[in-house]
Amino acid sequence: MANPTATATTHDASASQHHPPHLKHYFVSSEQQFDAAKLGMWLFLITEILLFSGMFVAYTVYRVWYPEVFTIGATELNPWLGGLNTLVLLGSSLTVALAIHAAQTDKRRTLVRYLVITVLLAGVFMVVKYFEYTHKFHLGIFPGAAFSYAEMSQPYVPIFFSIYFVMTGIHGVHVLIGMGVLSWLAWRAHKGHFGSEYYTPVELTGLYWHLVDIIWIFLFPLLYLI
Amino acid sequence: MAEAKHQKPKAAPAGDEGHSDHGDHGDYITHDTSIKSWLLSVDHKRIGIMYGITTALAFLVAGVFALLVRAELFMPGETIMTADTYNQMFSLHGIIMVFGFIIPAIPGFLGNFLLPIQLGAKDVAFPRLNLTSYYFYLIGVILIVVAMVVGSVDTGWTFYTPYSARTGPAVLFLTMAVFIAGFASIFTGLNFIVTIHKMRAPGLTWNRLPLFVWSIYATSIVQVLATPVLGITVLLLFLERLMGIGIFDPALGGDPILFQHFFWFYSHPAVYIMILPGFGIISELIGTFSRQRIFGYTAIALSSVAIAMLGFLVWGHHMFVSGQSAISSIIFSLITYLIGIPSGIKIFNWIATMYKGSVSFKTPMLYALSFLVLFTIGGVTGIMVGVLAVDIHLHDTYYVVGHFHYVMMGGTVIALLGGLHYWWPKITGRMYNERLAQIAAGLIFVGFNLTFFSQLVLGTRGMPRRYYDYIDEYTFLHQLSTVGSWVLGMGLFLVLGYMLVSMFRGEKASANPWHAATLEWTHTGRRPSPHNFHRTPLVTHGPYDYYLAGEVFGDGVGNGSPVGDTAPSEEARSH
Repeated sequence: MANPTATATTHDASASQHHPPHLKHYFVSSEQQFDAAKLGMWLFLITEILLFSGMFVAYTVYRVWYPEVFTIGATELNPWLGGLNTLVLLGSSLTVALAIHAAQTDKRRTLVRYLVITVLLAGVFMVVKYFEYTHKFHLGIFPGAAFSYAEMSQPYVPIFFSIYFVMTGIHGVHVLIGMGVLSWLAWRAHKGHFGSEYYTPVELTGLYWHLVDIIWIFLFPLLYLI
Repeated sequence: MAEAKHQKPKAAPAGDEGHSDHGDHGDYITHDTSIKSWLLSVDHKRIGIMYGITTALAFLVAGVFALLVRAELFMPGETIMTADTYNQMFSLHGIIMVFGFIIPAIPGFLGNFLLPIQLGAKDVAFPRLNLTSYYFYLIGVILIVVAMVVGSVDTGWTFYTPYSARTGPAVLFLTMAVFIAGFASIFTGLNFIVTIHKMRAPGLTWNRLPLFVWSIYATSIVQVLATPVLGITVLLLFLERLMGIGIFDPALGGDPILFQHFFWFYSHPAVYIMILPGFGIISELIGTFSRQRIFGYTAIALSSVAIAMLGFLVWGHHMFVSGQSAISSIIFSLITYLIGIPSGIKIFNWIATMYKGSVSFKTPMLYALSFLVLFTIGGVTGIMVGVLAVDIHLHDTYYVVGHFHYVMMGGTVIALLGGLHYWWPKITGRMYNERLAQIAAGLIFVGFNLTFFSQLVLGTRGMPRRYYDYIDEYTFLHQLSTVGSWVLGMGLFLVLGYMLVSMFRGEKASANPWHAATLEWTHTGRRPSPHNFHRTPLVTHGPYDYYLAGEVFGDGVGNGSPVGDTAPSEEARSH
């Protein structure tokens, strides 16, 4: 966003000779803008961790209360599908990191390619998730009161699946949001908006995507394996 | 991003020399007056004003509910409304006051307006996020209104399960409202933290920050760290209500107490979101109107941060009678006492600031003094309910109601009123009627104490909170409290009245009517220009160095020359 006022308002700032188009008028320099954006993103990630921490606390409390229910419930989850999804997300973390590197080194086509691959991997994750969910609905495994799976009639089994659906569901929403943002970035990258001078959105989205990945890395063993 | 916004400041330096005499060459209000330029503005000052107006409306509505609740309690039995209506009235009073008014009021209104100016910045770090925050807040308020229309909001502001999971559908809207308004709170906090870290003017070191900025910083930390937990709590409650997921439902193996833990993990720190900005305002007022450098600057600044941190470790004191383990009650009780230390540090430092100062009893200072009295009562009664044995007796009585109104209203609202009067000339460019303002401050002080001190007494005598009816022996104290609420209401409506008049007819203010020493007074015109400063300020002094104020910062009638860079300022004059 080009800005005619910055020169008028910062007489004394030596940094004001050069005004790249991405520099917002209320920042003195690109560095300041980048640092601010990055700090903001880290703070946002902290709020995300706290959001999930509520669910992890609920998980811990009920696991301690009903350990047998969690053991039985977990047998209904397919660790191979979960493992596949873990690999897919880890791979997408790699491609998003490579995308940032491509942006930093001005490789526009590589950047677009890696962003698109990341979106596709996220898509694979969601497709696998879709089949897992529909399979459970088919068996009558629903969150909470609607639970009607005859083979698991032990008391309080529904609470395991409530936690499973809520945690993976909210995580899935984060994946979907990430897919949207990454697609938008790929489109902007295709238009040539990013380069070594300005790649803040790519870097920030990368941070977000790593968080989504890390949360899954905790969810997978807690729900599927132990 | 309106184009006009970027063009205007070019013209502004031309009007620079006489800026404080006639700020009509495009200050932040006059440079563009279309409705769209307000609603889509990313200017922190305009967003602050929009927050100010919306929170004031919320305060008005919730205040009227409070007056109605008090009127109903004037006599035992049914006085003016049925028990169901009464339940909705006090629930809505609490919900709107907490989520619609007191949490966003000071950060959203004064914080937005002042923070970037006090930092010497042109705007917050993320102006569009700032506007988003306002609209999220607005959607939250609208959803509360929808819930009101849908009916039967009778859970109190705490939404305790299992009742909230079973009562009417309004809970769905309320939890959505709280969830969305929570995002507004997070966005504001995040924005302010980044702004304070990254946008300070050259020379504005951490120990030169105005204490208002420090308190907003502490507040923002709490907003960012606590609000997401409320978010997930109300989301789980929403799902509980919608699909019966059972996490808080004992029938399905869930635990209603877990909801209380989650809720208070946010809502106790949230009371520090409400009070900390008030501390910041009081520091500014007491410094300026004592014409004395703040005593114990570092202690006041860091005690805000200490309160923010300790505030996360005391939520269990809301649950002494919930059946949590005795050992956790004891620990929570001990940490609760600890909170008294940083709060006490502040009170003593403020009093020490006034000692041998040149105290002037202008309206903002009257509010500051009211605050010292009322907040001290609020704090001391808080220690009492933090004592385990005493709390068994006082829990869920009017004593608790009295205590938190002393802290929230006697603390935060009084501080907000003080801040409103103090910064009114900077925001509107006009003065209010001093005489009326002093009368109003007096009415509010007297009315407040009548209303809530009688509730403290009622509570010790065993009157439970939230009850619709009571036995005859409580009648006198209830009537005293209700009469007090009328006096309090009169005072507040008087403020509304003369402030509205002042907006159109008030005497024009000078750029620095209080001879204060922070940047918003010394480096901007009568009303700030759209980008706050014509030149990035260079800060060479502390925020409370009043002894320099007259000679160096200007006399408040238009010669507000910037300190420390005299040369450029002469260049500016020669325009």
